[in-house]
Amino acid sequence: MARAASPARKATVTALAWVIGFLIFFPILWTVLMSFHSEGDAIKSPFAMLASPWSFESYGEVQQRSGYSRYFMNSVIISFGSTLLALAIAIPAAWAMAFVPGKRTKDLLMWMLSTKMMPSVGVLIPMYLMFRDFHLLDTRTGLVGILTMANLPIVVWMLYTYFKEIPSEILEAARMDGATLRSEIIHVLTPMAIPGIASTLLLNVILAWNEAFWTLQLTTSDAAPLTQFIASYSSPEGLFYAKLSAASTMAIAPILILGWFSQKQLVRGLTFGAVK
Amino acid sequence: MGKITLHSVRKSFGEVDVIPSLDLEIEDGEFVVFVGPSGCGKSTLLRLIAGLEDTTSGVIKIDGLDATDLPPAKRGLAMVFQSYALYPHMSVRKNITFPLKMAGMDPALADARVTAAAKVLNLTSYLDRKPGQLSGGQRQRVAIGRAIVREPKAFLFDEPLSNLDASLRVSMRQEITELHQSLKTTMIYVTHDQVEAMTMADKIVVLNAGRIEQVGSPMELYRAPANVFVAGFIGSPKMNFVTGPEAAKFDAATVGIRPEHIDVGPGGVWHGKVGLTEHLGSDTFLKVAVDGIGAMTVRASGEIGLKPGEMISLAPQANKMMRFDGAGKAI
Repeated sequence: MARAASPARKATVTALAWVIGFLIFFPILWTVLMSFHSEGDAIKSPFAMLASPWSFESYGEVQQRSGYSRYFMNSVIISFGSTLLALAIAIPAAWAMAFVPGKRTKDLLMWMLSTKMMPSVGVLIPMYLMFRDFHLLDTRTGLVGILTMANLPIVVWMLYTYFKEIPSEILEAARMDGATLRSEIIHVLTPMAIPGIASTLLLNVILAWNEAFWTLQLTTSDAAPLTQFIASYSSPEGLFYAKLSAASTMAIAPILILGWFSQKQLVRGLTFGAVK
Repeated sequence: MGKITLHSVRKSFGEVDVIPSLDLEIEDGEFVVFVGPSGCGKSTLLRLIAGLEDTTSGVIKIDGLDATDLPPAKRGLAMVFQSYALYPHMSVRKNITFPLKMAGMDPALADARVTAAAKVLNLTSYLDRKPGQLSGGQRQRVAIGRAIVREPKAFLFDEPLSNLDASLRVSMRQEITELHQSLKTTMIYVTHDQVEAMTMADKIVVLNAGRIEQVGSPMELYRAPANVFVAGFIGSPKMNFVTGPEAAKFDAATVGIRPEHIDVGPGGVWHGKVGLTEHLGSDTFLKVAVDGIGAMTVRASGEIGLKPGEMISLAPQANKMMRFDGAGKAI
């Protein structure tokens, strides 16, 4: 039975939703506004800024000073590389946990997740020293490796949840049909779990793109992704708001666009299995 | 060839013995039905033969060769599942081709086989559809198609008709029986439905709590059940059982008489009041509360005009009475 809501109540709830939505979006809006003004205007309040002349000056300066494309390419390689590597490891791992669970599978899953509960800074020194000794500092290989490991628990968990929804009879049918373990995973399980794998991929790319602890600690220039690109504009003195904002906008724009186009897939994947 | 032999096969899950040591021989070309109530281990037994479950001990031989430790893919058997277990992302054609592709068969040859199977199963016009666009009966045909293209040593069916509606079940039952007659390949069929078992099987294996109660042809089990369990399980409606002093008159702990072997009419030895009457058209099933015995089911002709509450007398056909001892074994 549908609940009847009075028009006034509906209007209040709608208005409230818009206000909350605006509040959440406001910092991003402010950043974008600042990026399109001169340094002088950027320190004004957002409302005063709207009345000031718009300019692309900051974008030009940022591009000239730092060269966006190099950072962008590093971000793409690191986020997609670490995600694809994590998927390659996690798909067989989640298959094993979902379809041939042992007595300790649940404990193993919890233990994997518990590694995410520890603050990264807790292992900074050993990590830094290992990276130094293996000559991985400021390399894309090193960053792909560490981000793969950092996000692997989440990838395994997400895939495990999706795989649990797939009837094991279908995989048994594949086994009866003569499929080897490899064919079973490649030809049957993976195509059936595409929505789940796609949303795991998207979420992990977003997480890796925005990761700003290891990327800042372990890179300086060669492997520096967009997080370094933004950080290089935060300086303790001088007027830098507009340039910092322009750099931030340029850094978040690609992932925002990707998120926008894939939001249907993302929501579908994240709520997969919630309603049977 | 498709001779399957089970020697002392045992299966336990942890502490629980699902199948305590069992021996069975299935001859090449036979249609064998495993039947029993839910939880009797019939599906587990099928899965052991398929290789989807590992035996705890014992030996499974296929055509004389030890297959106990072979993976499912290497046993040369094909299976049809209750849920059809079709690959939802593949078209009907790809579903049926899948086992041939896995076997590395030449695509042209595989295609010819798929076309032939589709023709037999009336699936030709559905080959390019996805399983989601098919009805239950069509999906089950695809599952059967996927099994027959492999030309397996034996087919394993795990309650394949349970998800279909009653009329479709009857026609699919006949189709599978006809398929067996034309292919002459060994088929092992698991069901809890004794009507399916009676109508399809060359040989029925009645299971109870993981043990084989009796193996025999449908009519053997019907005419000469080995014990009370088989007597009660085979036949519809169920056999009536009489215990106590009334059974003692026949020198048995329990006597059994099927509903179709009781005559309604004057002069019967048992007297009772008609309770529920079920009119099927061809037959009428009467539930009669018999004095000194209790409830009894009687099959009468469809035209019988008895109403609930009427008193009748019943005469069991003496030569059809079955006698069982205190342990439930047939005497």
